[in-house]
Amino acid sequence: MGINATLIGQMITFTVFILFTMKFVWPPIKQAMSEREKRIADGLASAERSQHELELAKERAAEHIREAKAQAAEIIEKANRQGASIVDEARDEARAVAEREKAAAEARIEQEVSQARAELRRNVSELAILGASRILEREVDAKAHQQMLDELANQV
Amino acid sequence: MASGSATEYVTHHLEHLKVGEGFWTLHIDTLIVSWVLGLIFLGLFWSVARRASVDAPSGIQTVIEACVEFIDNQVSESFHGPKDFVAPLALTIFVWVFFWNLMDLLPVDLFPQIMLLFGVEYVRILPSADMNGTFGLSLTVLALIIIYSIKGKGWGGFGKELFTHPFGGHPLLWPANLMLNIVELIAKPVSLGMRLFGNLYAAEIIFILIALLPIWAQWIPGVAWAIFHILVIPLQAFIFMVLTVVYLSLAYEEH
Repeated sequence: MGINATLIGQMITFTVFILFTMKFVWPPIKQAMSEREKRIADGLASAERSQHELELAKERAAEHIREAKAQAAEIIEKANRQGASIVDEARDEARAVAEREKAAAEARIEQEVSQARAELRRNVSELAILGASRILEREVDAKAHQQMLDELANQV
Repeated sequence: MASGSATEYVTHHLEHLKVGEGFWTLHIDTLIVSWVLGLIFLGLFWSVARRASVDAPSGIQTVIEACVEFIDNQVSESFHGPKDFVAPLALTIFVWVFFWNLMDLLPVDLFPQIMLLFGVEYVRILPSADMNGTFGLSLTVLALIIIYSIKGKGWGGFGKELFTHPFGGHPLLWPANLMLNIVELIAKPVSLGMRLFGNLYAAEIIFILIALLPIWAQWIPGVAWAIFHILVIPLQAFIFMVLTVVYLSLAYEEH
């Protein structure tokens, strides 16, 4: 026992070992560890970012769907409205046509009635003259009774 | 076993393999065992460090990384200066001293008997039970304390602290201050070295004493003491490492 030169040997050995550790052992291990740490941190960060992006994309998709639905509803409504208006128009047109035709028919009837009436009027005087000449058995002077005949025809 | 041969047995086991005379004696066993253990430590760590993989650390790499991380945390907690030197220093101390102390768990007669076959009469394989081993570390730490004091505070700051701390700057107090500081400075390596030496030396003696028991009775105290030692071995290595870092931190920083 006791202190001797072994001490000096140990001190030198110790110093050499420290320097070796400092130069060749510590830095590479530490570097590998910190690099891995960084990679893991990056991985986690990018995972979080992707998650965030996924959520955003989902939101955007939902937004698109909502918009599409709204558009579809609008289109359907427009179509409904257009259909209704077409039906209305067709009905109006049909009604107008019907009215026009009715009016035309009425006018034709009116015309025919007045034509018939005019013809009747014309015939009335002849018939009246014919009837009167039969009754009187003689020639009635149409010219002499023209005024009376016209009055009669007008009464018809 | 007679008391005479028991004394002989113990003293025989406490004799170093040495060359030289007086101060220039070298404990060949302490030196060689600590070199071999140190080379195992450095070889193991270096081989891992050289092919340290970021993506796929091997089993041994994870163990060594855990060790490095542990040391790094310890150093970060107590030392706030640049760690380029202090952290490797702490790792070296911890693992090396741990390996030293592990030698205590080898049967006390194993190596002496093997060496006897080669004609070597005395051998002690526990470097931390040799004061030269432990003081080799702690005196190196003393040198580092002085270096770090100068590095941290500058020559002037360190000198001023030696003369004016802790009592005050009055010139009459300078001798008292200086003396106290020198005592404090010396106490650090002495306590460091003595603590490790004392613990492991005592443990070695106990193992030697247990080996004196009849062979059928050895295993009970032997196992108990060895199990207790599983605690002491890393603990002493840890204490040595932490105190070194704390001392360097005290030296480096302003009070």
